[in-house]
Amino acid sequence: MKPGTDPILLRVAQLGKTFANGNRPVVDRVGFEVGRNEIFAILGPSGCGKTTTLRLIAGFERCDTGTVSIGERVLECATEHQPAEGRGIGFVFQDYALFPHLDVAGNIAFGLKGLSRAETAARVRATAEATGLADLLDRKPHQLSGGQQQRVALARAMAPQPALILLDEPFSNLDAVLRERTRDEVRALLKAAGMSAILVTHDQEEALSFADRIAVMRDGRIEQVGTPEEVYETPRTEFVATFLGRTNLVKGRARGMQAWTDLGSVLIDRPMAGDVVLSMRPEHLALERMDETNCNGLCGTVLERSFKGHDVTYRVALTRGDCLIHTHNRDAYAPGDRVVVKALEPAVVLETEAALA
Amino acid sequence: MALPVLYLFIRAFDAETGTAAALVFRWRNLELLWNTLSLTIGVVAVSTLISYPLAWVTARTDLPFRKTILTLTLLPMAIPGYVMAYALLSLGGDAGLFAQVFGWQVPRLSGYWGALASITFYSYPYLFLNLRSGFMGLDPAQEEAARSLGSGTHDIFLRIWLPHLKPAYLSGVLVIGLYVLGDFGAVSLMRYETISYALFMQYAGSYDRVYAAWLGLMLISITLVVLIAEARLLRGTRLSRVGTGAMRYHTSQLRGWKVPVMVGSGLIVVASLVLPVGTVVWWSAYGATYTTWADVGGSLWNSFRASVPAAALACAMALPLAYVSVRYRSGFTGMLERAAWFGFATPPLALGLAFVFFSLHWVPWLYQSLALLVFAYAIHLLAEALGPIRSALYQAPPSLEEAARSLGAGPFEAFRRATLPLLRTGTITGAAFVFLGVMKELPITFILGPIGFETLATNVWGFTNDALFADAAPYALILLLFSSLFVALLFARETRN
Repeated sequence: MKPGTDPILLRVAQLGKTFANGNRPVVDRVGFEVGRNEIFAILGPSGCGKTTTLRLIAGFERCDTGTVSIGERVLECATEHQPAEGRGIGFVFQDYALFPHLDVAGNIAFGLKGLSRAETAARVRATAEATGLADLLDRKPHQLSGGQQQRVALARAMAPQPALILLDEPFSNLDAVLRERTRDEVRALLKAAGMSAILVTHDQEEALSFADRIAVMRDGRIEQVGTPEEVYETPRTEFVATFLGRTNLVKGRARGMQAWTDLGSVLIDRPMAGDVVLSMRPEHLALERMDETNCNGLCGTVLERSFKGHDVTYRVALTRGDCLIHTHNRDAYAPGDRVVVKALEPAVVLETEAALA
Repeated sequence: MALPVLYLFIRAFDAETGTAAALVFRWRNLELLWNTLSLTIGVVAVSTLISYPLAWVTARTDLPFRKTILTLTLLPMAIPGYVMAYALLSLGGDAGLFAQVFGWQVPRLSGYWGALASITFYSYPYLFLNLRSGFMGLDPAQEEAARSLGSGTHDIFLRIWLPHLKPAYLSGVLVIGLYVLGDFGAVSLMRYETISYALFMQYAGSYDRVYAAWLGLMLISITLVVLIAEARLLRGTRLSRVGTGAMRYHTSQLRGWKVPVMVGSGLIVVASLVLPVGTVVWWSAYGATYTTWADVGGSLWNSFRASVPAAALACAMALPLAYVSVRYRSGFTGMLERAAWFGFATPPLALGLAFVFFSLHWVPWLYQSLALLVFAYAIHLLAEALGPIRSALYQAPPSLEEAARSLGAGPFEAFRRATLPLLRTGTITGAAFVFLGVMKELPITFILGPIGFETLATNVWGFTNDALFADAAPYALILLLFSSLFVALLFARETRN
């Protein structure tokens, strides 16, 4: 295959890392691929090994097992360890790690090699303009706001035009409003520059809105890889289902495309037989006021109501257990109202390692 | 570091068992020990009496000119002990300053009280500084909390202040204790026999090196006991603020006490600062009999020749040591660092003696060479260079070097371009500390210096020892000029932090 025609840029396979003082691997047989011009996210709770995975790809740590390669080049395997400086992979740190003794221009120019003075200046200027830093080139990092520092960190990583940029929780030090705006800007910049990126985050909303594909990680393992829609709508495991948003987990007994649960008989997304655990997102359920026509459906009583602006979340007590339901804000029920719960979508069958308590 | 000290052991056990026992278990040793300990206790006690009220009034009251008083009471720490002793000695006697200026016949201060005064006047600022930062770090909210729980002033003093100030007080006492144990200049000029002084006399006078080695070991053992006791006492005391939020200081009103407090502070300043500087200037103007300015220039050149390479060497050793101890924390690197601190805490005479034995056995051609002297200085003062470099390194997170690596810089280039620029100020500060430390240094120079090697410090001591105060003065004057540089540097650091 000619270089550049391979749609896959980065391949990670069987990656494993155990730190000297721990007995459990921090990164355990992790594998995924990142395409050219793709934005990939690794999502997981703190301590799940996502940052370590990123540092292994960057070459800051040595892996115990597995391989990392970019195109045809093997960067990391049992016999080979390409040092970080030889990988051509950009890295944006959580705390930005700007060089405090250099001004913005000096920071951006740091990684530029083999260019003439004029070429360097032109590249710095172009990168600064793309990132909106053109007026700040002679400032020192401590004279910049958090958002500006973040952009310098990105510009510095982008200036040498690496094929891949790794972003380690880059938005976590920004306040909520700025975070959302910066996220969109960074995504647009990466897409325009034709660079691939891997974002590491513990914020599911950030991963869902920023990435083309997401890997959900727990305890050093990747539990599911897919587009934001796939991992949200059809979570593979209980952990993925609960980590990506609120959900109703229900036990039941399945036969064919149907299952009998505490929520009554529901349709499921694939044929199964025997005991199953199902995930039903609150927005996949609907409420109706109970009357003579629907009272042989699944009846319950509204326990709590929390208004969220664009929608309302109800907690409804059923005969066995209770469930969460999102509705748009035009239906108004009060605690105590008798209601009927209806499923709008088939429930998702989860792969369980441990049955629900 | 460990090797020379090991040699001290080997030399000490050279003696046959019977002789060794006779050397160790003699009355004189007990007497020396008692002299040393009683001096230590005396200096600590007087320093506490001076420092505690001074720390409180400058930290927590509305005393006028607090900043000025603070500055003036910290300055004495730059004055070497033998210059303090010089100042006190040159006051009394028939040809003393008091006799010449006021016509007063005062006996010359010497012995225990002379040594006590000279050491206290230059070492109390260390305790004062520690206690003051203790008072500054005392969260007023704790006092308020105690009051709201029904504690009165007396109760607050016992249950809030004292436990809170304990770590600060103990570390101040440690520094002072180490100064007393290590002091040679002041006690020798005051003719007060401590272990240090006896060690020097033994070495210089009778050349009984086995006994000198035993005295050195005694000194090192006492130092170790002091260090261990300090670590024990401080174990588990964590008194930093747990909560968040700004501290609101409230200052106590001195009211009618303002004037007496000012007078008291003034007396301390007069005794510890005006007196030494004044006497040195007065005697310099008086006119020397033997000393010419060319002699002073020669000594200054010698001091430079030793301190500049020592400062460079100490920094060259401290940079990698600080780097590995901060970046690769482990039992081994921790031990390396402690070795540096131990080199600093070891009484310089004992350290010098250890170097003598070590070099005579392994590198006899280096014995009494400038190179060995410089090396001994660098080992002794390594910790002074280590401190500022270490704290600078803590300001440079490892991610900076990783960022440089991800931008294509190799490990060495990453250190040079990303970290080293941030260590510049710290390294210069460290070098300056070592430089001025060597300028003031006396006992190691005596023991290890090349024959006929005279520095500013050895000349001040030598002329004072012969009561030729006017001849000692020009050397002391130049030394004080350099010491004031040291203080300026210290203040620059303080205000930046």
